[in-house]
Amino acid sequence: MTTVAVKPATMAQALGRALRDAMADDPTVHVMGEDVGTLGGVFRVTDGLAKEFGEDRVTDTPLAEAGILGTAVGMAMYGLRPVVEMQFDAFAYPAFEQLISHVARMRNRTRGAMPLPITVRVPYGGGIGGVEHHSDSSEAYYIATPGLHVVTPATVADAYGLLRAAIASDDPVVFLEPKRLYWSKDTWNPDEPQAVDPIGRAVVRRHGRSATLITYGPSVPVCMEAAEAARAEGWDLEVVDLRSLVPFDDETVSASVRRTGRAVVVHESGGFGGPGGEIAARVTERCFHYLEAPVLRVAGFDIPYPPPMLERHHLPGVDRILDAVARLQWEAQS
Amino acid sequence: MTVMEQRGAYRPTPPPAWQPRTDPAPLLPDALPHRVLGTEAAERVDPELLRRLYAQLVRGRRYNAQATALTKQGRLAVYPSSTGQEACEVAAALVLEERDWLFPSYRDTLAAVARGLDPVQALTLLRGDWHTGYDPHEHRIAPLCTPLATQLPHAVGLAHAARLKGDDVVALALVGDGGTSEGDFHEALNFAAVWQAPVVFLVQNNGFAISVPLAKQTAAPSLAHKAVGYGMPGRLVDGNDAAAVHEVLSAAVAHARAGGGPTLVEAVTYRMEAHTNADDDKRYRGDSEVEAWRAHDPIALLEHELTERGLLDEAGMRAAREDAEAMAADLRERMNQDPALDPMDLFAHVYAQPTTQLLEQEAQLRAELDAEARHHEGGHESEGTAR
Repeated sequence: MTTVAVKPATMAQALGRALRDAMADDPTVHVMGEDVGTLGGVFRVTDGLAKEFGEDRVTDTPLAEAGILGTAVGMAMYGLRPVVEMQFDAFAYPAFEQLISHVARMRNRTRGAMPLPITVRVPYGGGIGGVEHHSDSSEAYYIATPGLHVVTPATVADAYGLLRAAIASDDPVVFLEPKRLYWSKDTWNPDEPQAVDPIGRAVVRRHGRSATLITYGPSVPVCMEAAEAARAEGWDLEVVDLRSLVPFDDETVSASVRRTGRAVVVHESGGFGGPGGEIAARVTERCFHYLEAPVLRVAGFDIPYPPPMLERHHLPGVDRILDAVARLQWEAQS
Repeated sequence: MTVMEQRGAYRPTPPPAWQPRTDPAPLLPDALPHRVLGTEAAERVDPELLRRLYAQLVRGRRYNAQATALTKQGRLAVYPSSTGQEACEVAAALVLEERDWLFPSYRDTLAAVARGLDPVQALTLLRGDWHTGYDPHEHRIAPLCTPLATQLPHAVGLAHAARLKGDDVVALALVGDGGTSEGDFHEALNFAAVWQAPVVFLVQNNGFAISVPLAKQTAAPSLAHKAVGYGMPGRLVDGNDAAAVHEVLSAAVAHARAGGGPTLVEAVTYRMEAHTNADDDKRYRGDSEVEAWRAHDPIALLEHELTERGLLDEAGMRAAREDAEAMAADLRERMNQDPALDPMDLFAHVYAQPTTQLLEQEAQLRAELDAEARHHEGGHESEGTAR
């Protein structure tokens, strides 16, 4: 085995490498979407794929999200594994009917006779100064739809491993790509990329004893930074990166909260009707007697995504997380 | 130096030459719907095909009547009848090879049955015992689609995938006149034309989307005219003329199979019954309109052709009716039996591997069912002590 130096790679490169390797391993994998071919995607995730695999397998489609996903359904019916790109979070909304009425339930309505192994790649979230309709966190819509898996990586290694797992899955997977982490770098060996745990396993990114930060995707690095900052305040925070919202890893989350006795859920999307409410409820149901304080949420405000010059006030940052951690000193308050 | 700065040197030129990508003339539908029965063209049609179409039309009419009766007996939750539209349904089924795919809407049960699907399996969606009562791959019939026009992009994708694999498979997708207003109709036709996918779209223009008439649905000269804007041929056919629908669809399917790309066919027909048994069609149409279409009945049209030419006699008609009656009797008997349902099926096919959350819910339902069973077995003993 030739040993290749571990070198820095971006999340976008790792995602591209995952697509390339999946296509090389399985001739039924097809990549399709607006601009994914010649241009290599607006984020260059699909760069080079059209040259390597040809237009039949890396297809620039007409600009129509329902058509992209709807034709992918038919392709999957005929035995292909389409990987579709939605370009931006809010551009995926025209495809919701196909996603909810067909993609999510085809296996169920045919009693298992017609599974749809489709991966829907959705760049999501804010923090990149995008104009309106380019920064939504739409995960609440997806997790409310039975039949879909919903995953989101926070590290370069997970981006590769989770995307490979998503494409290999016999069920449809909504693969949420945190676009402000596209250019985050990590030392990663692209020549010996590692598989990750099966879809549905959370991971403890940082061990601690005082409280658990439960988070995913773009908020993971923010929580890691908050945990470092909290050391000065005497808090030793644990950070759980969910990686997968559906299925949800109750086991890892509950075990962590039982150890620490306190929990804060952190995400960018709005708090009302957001994933944090579900997560807080699940933690409370499972860990009530271990909790020293209510499970708190630090989420985006319940507003349409703000214009870029104001987005820093909306996105949960280190200070807002630390404020919540301070509120976990419940006994002192009550 | 910018263009503005070198104004003296800049000479405006006409815009670069423009040319249409496709000559629109061959794509345009004929002025009148294509007819075969009652014209000289009918003599070119294989008599055996006419007899097959006839037998299937008679069966189809009986099937519609039986299914409607089953709604009145409470055996079907709802049935959207295709009475009056049988020629479209039957031709759609007979024009396809075994390897081809049919993409029906909720009103197209009859097309699925004419393609060979067990009539009981075709009705599970409408009976309510399961959404799709058959394996779509077995008959190459997609699930009956309830949302409007959303099955059309599926047909395009499947046809495209088949061609990529080198299979000469054609997909035929059925949609109503109302469905042509949906975004998915537009996107499907556009994708099909850009990809030159081997797919045929059959619009059964039956006059109404529930109560809304065609005049309020579109301002296009005809629905077939919509094809030109996508760059595919549009064809207009008399939807009550089974031979004509068969002929036009056959040509479209052959065109697609030969690599010629998609076709949009509009069959002009009429829905003789209400949208479903829940609809009151007296509110939006008059008897005279219905009677005018009754005089253009698809079965009568074909029967007239066959008997005039001595291809069908009284015994032949009786045989067709008896065959249809036997099918209806069998359907009635089997639909009057309660289906055996397993509640645990609710969790069996949500994911390939159930999530831990679903496993917990499955255990909850199992416990509820066990408690229910104990209650029924124990009778008096558990009375008042169950909770």
